[in-house]
Amino acid sequence: MMDWHEVLFFFEVLVGGLLAGLMYSLVAIGFVLIYKTSGVLNFAQGAMLLFAALTFVSLVNYGAPFLLAFVATFAIMIGLGFAIERTVLRPLVNRPPITLFMATLGLAYVIEGAAQLLWGTQVHRLDLGISDKPMEIAGLLISSFDLVAAAVAFGLVAALGAFFTRTRIGLAFRAVADDQFAALAVGLRLPRIWATVWAAAGFVALVAGLLWGARLGVQFSLSIIVLKALPVLLLGGFDSILGAVVGGLIIGASEKLAEVYLGPYVGGGIESWFAYVVALLFLLVRPSGLFGQKIVERV
Amino acid sequence: MTTILALPETSRRSLPRPSAALIWLTLVLAVAYVAVPLFASRYVIEALLLPFLALSLAAVGLNLLTGYAGQLSLGSAAFMAVGAFAAYNFNLRLGFLPLPVSFVLAGLTAALVGVVFGLPSLRLRGFYLAVSTLAAQFFVQWALSKFGWFSNNNPSGVISVPRLQLAGFSLDTPTGRYLFSLTIVTLLSLFVWRLTRSASGRAFLAVRDGETAARAIGIPVPQTKLLAFAVSSFVIGVAGALWAFTYLRTVEPAGFNLDRSFQILFMVIIGGLATIRGAFLGAAFIVIFPLLLARAGAFLFGGIFDSGVLDMTQRIVIGALVILFLIAEPRGLAALLDRIGARLSATAARLAGSSSPSPRS
Repeated sequence: MMDWHEVLFFFEVLVGGLLAGLMYSLVAIGFVLIYKTSGVLNFAQGAMLLFAALTFVSLVNYGAPFLLAFVATFAIMIGLGFAIERTVLRPLVNRPPITLFMATLGLAYVIEGAAQLLWGTQVHRLDLGISDKPMEIAGLLISSFDLVAAAVAFGLVAALGAFFTRTRIGLAFRAVADDQFAALAVGLRLPRIWATVWAAAGFVALVAGLLWGARLGVQFSLSIIVLKALPVLLLGGFDSILGAVVGGLIIGASEKLAEVYLGPYVGGGIESWFAYVVALLFLLVRPSGLFGQKIVERV
Repeated sequence: MTTILALPETSRRSLPRPSAALIWLTLVLAVAYVAVPLFASRYVIEALLLPFLALSLAAVGLNLLTGYAGQLSLGSAAFMAVGAFAAYNFNLRLGFLPLPVSFVLAGLTAALVGVVFGLPSLRLRGFYLAVSTLAAQFFVQWALSKFGWFSNNNPSGVISVPRLQLAGFSLDTPTGRYLFSLTIVTLLSLFVWRLTRSASGRAFLAVRDGETAARAIGIPVPQTKLLAFAVSSFVIGVAGALWAFTYLRTVEPAGFNLDRSFQILFMVIIGGLATIRGAFLGAAFIVIFPLLLARAGAFLFGGIFDSGVLDMTQRIVIGALVILFLIAEPRGLAALLDRIGARLSATAARLAGSSSPSPRS
């Protein structure tokens, strides 16, 4: 018989998992932004996250105030976005998407190497002033840090949603996502838009990097968070922000529940692959994710 | 039915003329079998040639899947690990089997695992498939370190291979291991080369260049994809066994991590997609480049260029080269070499005063 404590424990695990999932969504949103507008799965998103977090923390360590460091890092990420558009995307225009994907693998190596060559390889502590103490809400112990992260994730989604639907450049983004040639035909400047999108993804990387960095410490392993975001994308579909959020929730919750209830039977450590298996099972039913656009093929 | 397909230029040009190709192949093999054992030092064999051979074979395997059949895989290292651990276990538990048989069984094990993880390719395309191959990477690494049976109950999943023996002869010298590895790599590469020129090989190209079109002309797309996964994993599995048995001798699951998978993919990209030679060129580059960089760095910057800086510089340069090759020469070092060769022979012909124009200028 399940007693009351077990039920409570179950919900605690569930909520913890959902909140952890939103941390994955935060990373996944950066991918979606780029995928939607340029059709590239940007593997370097994790490296950008590492780069942003390392730059921010190093600036703070040199004595820059929080806000200045944030703005400066954002400016650097914009520069990075424009540089990537100029040196990687533009020469590869009109090449198969898989070529662009392989290029972003190379890009990930370049950014990771450069970030650590510039700022060193030691682990930096990052304190955002948010406590990681568990709070009791309706009888459940929940980390307040997780709640803040969840709020930031939802804030980001709302801001991006408003940006896409309410601003001119957002409208241009959607036009490009819809049909590149048509967008080009009505006079939208694709290179400019791509650079802007990469800069926006840089901003998302910065926000996600700060939250993840505060949790894990700013270090090389931050770039490996991509591997956590990818199953979320598989599940939610590469081109849907809503999918990134819902996918994150599902992956986070099922991963935590599996770790607690299934892990002991197989010796633990299953979090490295469990999310992929969940995502693959979903994909067998829906090959382009929960909210992904169906691919219509023409010969 | 598939013969009506025009071969894409990559495969037609990968080896210019059969006769010339045969001459080159004989030449390379003669050097590899005669000159190297006679003149190469222990260091060159153990630190350069043995990893080069194993990695080349892995790149040949991945090239079959990615270059020819167009299915991008990010989990090659997992199949190397399966091959290495399977060969170890066949050798340990069925000790009466000759070593080559253990290797073939190890390859078949890897092929089986490859087919299982290739199943998503029947439903998924492009990025969705590439990402799903990561499942193989993480699952295999986890399983090998979690279940003691695979490593004969070593607490950290480390295996140490026995001395190499073949039909009673000990091959436990650097030269012996080198010749053993060289023979396997040569045979399997020739096999893959033949395969790419067969009806199945043309079916791979058709699936790569247009899945729907391939289906329309009657190519069984699911079987073709699974065949590509199976053969590719077989080759990569044997490469993993070579890596463990001839090069490192002691391996652990963590050695077959995602970085290794990327390394093999980068060899294929830098060497040239859809050429067998490219796999070897790419592997040679990836093996030699870090050594050159270390020398150059120490020479130019002295003490500042420590191992950490070296590691980062290496990442940057390799990543940049991958991008550069994708942009400027998608057919890799193999095509670059072709062009240089053509240029040289044209110059040679001109210098010799031949009035006939070069056939391939």
